Amino acid sequence: MGSLGEVDHSEDYVEEQGSYLQLMKGRGEDHGESGSALAAPSGQEDTVDTPRHFRAQPFPSLPKRAERLVAQAHVTRVYITWGGTLVGVVAGEGRRRRFPVAGGGRKGGGDGFRVHGGGRQAFHKIDLPLHNWQRCLKLLVFSMEKMARVTTVLSGSTITGRTMFCHLDAPANAISVCRDAAQVVVAGRNIFKIYSIEEEQFVERANLRVGRKLSLNFSCADVVWHQMDDNLLATAATNGAVVTWNLGKPSRNKQDQLFTEHKRTVNKVCFHPNEVNMLLSGSQDGYMKCFDLRKRESVSTFSGQSESVRDVQFSIKDYFAFAASFENGNVQLWDIRRPDRYERMFTAHNGPVFCCDWHPDDRGWLATGGRDKMVKVWDLSTTRTKEVYCVQTIASVARVKWRPEMKYHLATCSMMVDHNIYVWDIRRPYIPFGMFEEHKDVTTGIIWRHIHDPYYLLSGSKDSTLYQHMFKDASRPVDRANPEGLCYGLFGDLAFAGKDSMFTSDSNRKTYGGERRYPIFFFKKPDLSEQFANVSSSLNVFEMEGGSNSVDWFVNMAQQYILTGRSLAELCDHNAKIAKELYRYQVAQTWTMLRIVYSSPGAISSVNLNQSIGKSGGLPLMNSLKELSVALNNEPRLERGKAENWQEMNHIHSSNPLITANEENEETEGSDVPADYLFGDVEGDEDDLYMVDHENAPAEEHEYILPQEAFQLRHEIIDNPSAPDHLQDKVESPHVSGNEAETVCLTPIESFSLMSISQPLYDAYLPADYFNSLVKDMLHYYAEQGDVQMAVSVLIVLGDRIRKEIDEQTQEHWYTSYIDLLQRFKLWNVSNEVIKLSTCSSINCFNQASTSLHINCSNCKRPMSSKGWICDRCRQCASMCAVCHQVVKGLFVWCQGCSHGGHLQHIMNWLRTSSHCPAGCGHLCEYT
Amino acid sequence: MMLISLNCKENRNTMNSEKLSIAYMICTSCQKILRKQKEVRAPQPVTTGPTAFIPEKEIVQNNPVDGNTNLLILEEYSTTRHSDNTTRIMGLHPQYLESFLRTQYYILRMDGPLPFEYRHYLAIMAAARHQCSHLVNTHVNEFLQVGGEVEWLNGLEYVPQKLKNINEVNKILAHRPWLITKEHIKNLLKTGENSWSLAELVHAMVLLAHYHALTSFVFGSGINPKIDQDGAPAVSNFCLCNASNENNMEEVTLMYNSPGTSDSVSELEVLMERMKKLQEENEEEASQEEMATRFEKEKKESLLVITGAYEEELIPTSYMSRYVDDPSFGYKDFARRGDDHLPTFRAQDYCWEDHGFSLVNRLYSDIGQLLDEKFHVVRNLTYYTMATHEDVDTTMLRRAIWNYVHCMFGIRYDDYDYGEINQLLERSLKVYIKTVTCYPEKTTKCIYDSYWHQFKHSEKIHVNLLLMEARMQAELLYALRAITQYMT
Repeated sequence: MGSLGEVDHSEDYVEEQGSYLQLMKGRGEDHGESGSALAAPSGQEDTVDTPRHFRAQPFPSLPKRAERLVAQAHVTRVYITWGGTLVGVVAGEGRRRRFPVAGGGRKGGGDGFRVHGGGRQAFHKIDLPLHNWQRCLKLLVFSMEKMARVTTVLSGSTITGRTMFCHLDAPANAISVCRDAAQVVVAGRNIFKIYSIEEEQFVERANLRVGRKLSLNFSCADVVWHQMDDNLLATAATNGAVVTWNLGKPSRNKQDQLFTEHKRTVNKVCFHPNEVNMLLSGSQDGYMKCFDLRKRESVSTFSGQSESVRDVQFSIKDYFAFAASFENGNVQLWDIRRPDRYERMFTAHNGPVFCCDWHPDDRGWLATGGRDKMVKVWDLSTTRTKEVYCVQTIASVARVKWRPEMKYHLATCSMMVDHNIYVWDIRRPYIPFGMFEEHKDVTTGIIWRHIHDPYYLLSGSKDSTLYQHMFKDASRPVDRANPEGLCYGLFGDLAFAGKDSMFTSDSNRKTYGGERRYPIFFFKKPDLSEQFANVSSSLNVFEMEGGSNSVDWFVNMAQQYILTGRSLAELCDHNAKIAKELYRYQVAQTWTMLRIVYSSPGAISSVNLNQSIGKSGGLPLMNSLKELSVALNNEPRLERGKAENWQEMNHIHSSNPLITANEENEETEGSDVPADYLFGDVEGDEDDLYMVDHENAPAEEHEYILPQEAFQLRHEIIDNPSAPDHLQDKVESPHVSGNEAETVCLTPIESFSLMSISQPLYDAYLPADYFNSLVKDMLHYYAEQGDVQMAVSVLIVLGDRIRKEIDEQTQEHWYTSYIDLLQRFKLWNVSNEVIKLSTCSSINCFNQASTSLHINCSNCKRPMSSKGWICDRCRQCASMCAVCHQVVKGLFVWCQGCSHGGHLQHIMNWLRTSSHCPAGCGHLCEYT
Repeated sequence: MMLISLNCKENRNTMNSEKLSIAYMICTSCQKILRKQKEVRAPQPVTTGPTAFIPEKEIVQNNPVDGNTNLLILEEYSTTRHSDNTTRIMGLHPQYLESFLRTQYYILRMDGPLPFEYRHYLAIMAAARHQCSHLVNTHVNEFLQVGGEVEWLNGLEYVPQKLKNINEVNKILAHRPWLITKEHIKNLLKTGENSWSLAELVHAMVLLAHYHALTSFVFGSGINPKIDQDGAPAVSNFCLCNASNENNMEEVTLMYNSPGTSDSVSELEVLMERMKKLQEENEEEASQEEMATRFEKEKKESLLVITGAYEEELIPTSYMSRYVDDPSFGYKDFARRGDDHLPTFRAQDYCWEDHGFSLVNRLYSDIGQLLDEKFHVVRNLTYYTMATHEDVDTTMLRRAIWNYVHCMFGIRYDDYDYGEINQLLERSLKVYIKTVTCYPEKTTKCIYDSYWHQFKHSEKIHVNLLLMEARMQAELLYALRAITQYMT
C-alpha cells in the first residue's frame, strides 16, 4: 500500500532525492561503503564523527526532535541506498541488512534501525508516502550524532533507577512517557503533572493544571506524549474535549489546541507513530476522529455504529491502519484513508473491550483486554482473524502493554478489585510471569519506560501514587506456585499432576513450535531472571487395583462369607479362604485361629472343606442378573404354594368374574415348578434356601409390589433351616404360610437353633472359654480398626460361644454399623441375612419394621384397601401381568417409564424379542 | 395468612389511634388539603384494569398482543402462580419485559447466596419503604410459600438480627443513596454472629435496589393490586381531583405553567422543534464553567419542582409500617445539603459498565450480565416515534430523562450538557419524574396526566421504565462504590 505514495509523488521525489543525494555524496566518500552511504556508528564499535558534518547543513524545516532516533547497539552503520532503503551493518556479522524505512519517528519509525533478530528474521517492508520518506531521510541525517549517543547509552545499562514511587495529589487516570524515557506525565481528574525520572526519585517538573478557572478540559481520561515531539502532549477530557498541549509555550498555560467535536467522554487519544501532526481519538459517543494538529478541526470521522469506543491504537508497522475496541466486544480495523467503513471487524470479547495494543515487532499481532477478564492475542496478518493466545486473568483488564523486546510478554492491570500489575508470558497463560503488588488501589495506567527497555515499568494508580517498577523486583508467582498436584478421587483413584520432566517415560517432550520459529533474539546470553520456560504438565490418574480396592474387599467379603448353616470349622475355613483370596491375610489367619480354638482339630475333612467352598463359589456371585434368576426361581415356588389356598381367597372375592381364569393361570404357572425343582436339585444345599429367603426380603421392602399375603413366608422358612430334607419342606412351607396369611405380626423369632448343629463338633481340650477374653479383645480390636465386618461376622459364626462376653450395647452398635455399611453398598441380601442372624432383639426387629406395603390399584389409582388381588372399587384385578394378563402374585416387575409390567419371567421373555412395552403402550421399556 | 390478616387488623387499629393526630393530608397535585377519613376507604380507582392511570381498553388496544409477550406473561404466571398487573403493563414493551423477568427470576429464584425467605423479606422491606402494598402483599405470600417464619411478618423486631442490620442500608438506599459509606459496609461485614458476607450483601443490595425501583414503576404506572387481594390500592392517596379528572385537567395544566402547555398540540411540536435544534446546532460552545453551573442549576431546580408539601411528611399509616424503621427518613434533595457538601458523584469515575459490572459480577455471579443487559435494553429501547410522529430519534430525550434522574441523586456526567434537560423536559414532566423517583408513593393520576398530553400511554410507561432503571442504577452505583471503597 505504501507504493501509493511513491506513485503519487514520484516527480517531487526525484527532485528532492537528487538534491539530497548530492548532499550525501559530499560526505559519504569518507566511508567508502557506497556512493551514498552515511554511517551511524554505535558507541561501542567504531565511533565515526562524520555526522557532525551534517549538522552543519541547514535544514530549517526540520524540527529539533529529529535527533533522538534510537538504534540498538547491534547496528554499527546504516546506509541509505538509491532506492531509499536503509541498509545497516550489523555488529559482529559484517553483513549488510536491509531495513524498512518506516518513518522518521521513534516509535515504529525507530524500528528502522533495529535489527530484528540480529538479521535472522525477515522484515516487513513498509514504504511510506513520499513526503514522509523524505523527512525520514532528513531526520536520519540529523540524528546520526545523537543516535550514537543514545546507542551508547542503550547498549550499556542505559536507563538506571530503582523501584521507587512518589505521591501524587490526586488519583491518576493515565500516564505516558516521553520518548527519551526521562519524563513521565500523569493525568487524572484533578491532576496533570510532569515528573522527571531521576536515579532515585521522581521530581515534579511541571504542573499543567493551571489557570484561573479549572474547567473540565483538565479532567483527563487519557494522556499521551508524542513519540516524535517532546513538547507535544494530548489529553482526552471526560467532557468530550480533546486537548493538545505544547510544552514549548512560554506562557504558564501550555494548552495548545482544543477540539470539542465529541459529544461524550473521550476515552482514548493516540498519536500517529510517524506523523507529527496526526492525532486520533475515540469517544463514548461511538465516533473516532482523526485530527491534524495544523487544522482547527478533525480531518475525518469514523463511526463505530453508535457503540462506545474504548481504545484506539495506531498500528506501529502499518502506516494507515489503526485498531479500535468497542464496548460491545468488537474490535475494528480501519484504514485511515477510508472513513466510510472499517476494513475488518471481529468480536473479541464478551462485554466491553477496554484496551488493545499492537505488538511492537510483529505486524499482525494485536492484544486485547476486556471486561470478561481475558487478554487475547489476535493474529491479523492473514485475512482470517485468528486468536493465537488467550490469557485468563482474575479481573477485568483495563490496560495491556506489550513488553519491549520480549516477543511473548505483556503487562496488564485491571479495572476493578485487583490492584496488581501482571506481566504475562502469553505462552503460559495460567500463571503470571511477574507481578507488581505495590499499589493500594486499582492501577489505572501502565507503560514501559522505554520502548526498547523491558526492565522498567511505570504505573499510576487511583491510590495517588506513581511507581517505577524494576522488573527484577517483581514477585514471581511461579516460585510460590505448587508445581505438583495430588488428589484422591471418590473411589480411591489418585490423580497426580506434575511437570512433564518428572515422568521420565514420556521422553519426547513436546516443545512449543512457536518458540523455534520466533526466538527472542535480543538475548545474547539468556538472562537467568528472564527465563520463564513453558512448563507442560501431565496429569496421571492411578486407579486402584481391583484386589486392593478398599471398597471391593468389603463387598466381596460380605457376599462370600458364609455365616451359618455349616459346622463352625467349615465356616471358619471357608471364611479364611475368602479372606485369603482377597489378600487379607490377617483376617484369614484370624479365622483359622478361631477354628482351631473352637473346634476339634480333626473334625473337618478336606473333602468337606472343598465341597463347601465349591458350593459357595457358585452362590455368592450376586450380580444383578444372577440375583434375578435366583429370585425368579423363587417366585413360582411361592405361587404354587399359594395356589392351594387360592380357593379360599376366591371365596372372599367371589364376585370377581375373572376368578376362574385366574385360577387356571395359577395352575399353568404352577407347571414351572418341576423346572424349579430341577434347579433346586442341582444347587442342592440348604444355602439355596437362604438365598430364596434373602432375595425375597429386600424385594418386598424396596422394589416390588407384592400382595400382603406373601409377607410372612420367610419367617416360616426360618423355622426349618437346618432340616436336611429341605426339598420336601419347601413344598410344604408355603402351604403353611398361606394359612397364616392373615397373621399380621409375628413375634420376633428367638435365636435360632442353627448353632447347635456345630456344637457337637466342639470338642475342646482346653475349655473353650479359655480363649474368650482373647477373642473378645480381638473383636474389639477389629471393630476399632474400622473392620466392623470382621467383628460382626465372627460374632455371628461363634454365636453363643462368645456372645455373652460382649455386652449387648456394643454388639448392637456393631450390628447397626455393619448393617448400615451393607446397605450403603446396596448389599440388601447380606444385610438382611445379618439382621436375621443377629441375636440382639433390637437388631432382629429391623426386619419386622415397616413391612407393610401400600399399593394402589393400577386401574383406578386408588389405594387397595382390602387384602387381595382385586380392587374393591373398580372391580378390576390389580397388578396384572402385561404379557399373560393374569394377576401377578409374587415378584412383579415393571417399567418405571410406563408403569406396565408383569411376571418377571414373562417380561424377561418378552424383552428378548421386543424392546417395546408388552402392554402396547408404545413405550420403549427400560429395565436395569 | 390468617395470622397476618389478624395482625393487620391489629396494626391498623393501633395505627388509627396514631392517625388521629394527623388527620390532614395534602393532595400533591391539586394542593387541596384533604381531610383523611379513616373509616371510609380510599375511593376506588376509576378503572378496573391493571392500572389506575390508563383505561383498560387502551392497554388492550395499544398492546398488539404478540405471542411472545403472552408467552412471557404465561411463563411468569407459571412460576409465581398469580398473574401480575405489573407484568401486564410492562408487556407493552415486551423487549424490556423479557429482560426484566429474567433478572427478577434470577435474583428471586435461582441460585444465590441468600436463602429464599431472606430474599422475599428483603423485597418486603424495600417495598415497604415506599408503602407499596401491592409489592408487599405479593412478597408476603411468596415469603410464606418458601417457608418463611410467620413470625417475621409481625415486623422488623421479629426478624433475625442479621436482617435488622441491613435495614439501615435499605433506608439510605431508598431515599438518600449518596449517604451510604464504606462504614456502613464495614459494619455489616464485620465478623460476628450476624455478619453478612460480601456476596450476600451484594445480593441484598441488588434486591433492595430492584424493589425500590420497582415501587417507582408500580406507583408511577398506577398499578392496581390484584383483584383477589384485599388492602388498599396501590395509589392510596386519591383525592378529589381524581374523581373529576377532566375538569381538573385544565386547572392542573395551568398550575404548572410550563412553556407551551396552553395548547397541548403545540407542546409536542415545541418539543420536537427543540430536539431538532439541539441536534443540529453544533453547540455554540458553552463554556466549561457554564456547563458546570448548568448541572448545579438543574440540581437546584429539581428542588423547586416539588412543592413544599412533602416536607413535613406524614408518617405512613398502613400496616406496612411494621416493616419500616424510622419512617420519617425520606428523600432529601441532594442539592440542598447545606454545609456538609458531599462531592458530586462523577459518573466517569465510577460507572456501571466499567466498575459496577465487574464488582457485582465478581461477588454474585451472572447478575452483572443480566443487569447489564437490562440497562442496555432500557437505554436503547425506542420505537422511533413520538406521539403521532414517526421516525424520530428519541435518543436525546431518553438521555435527558435518564440523566435527570441521576442528577437528582447527585450523579453527574461530565460529558452532558444539563441545559438540554431544561430544553427538553417540561416542568410538569419534571414534577412527575421527581415524584416517581423520589416519592413514588405520592404519585397521583393528576401528575401522571399532567404531562405529555399527546403521547400514548405506552410511551409514558416507557418513561416509567427509564425512571425505574435509572433509579436502580443510581442506587447500585452508590452501593457498589461503597463496597469498592471498603474493599480497597
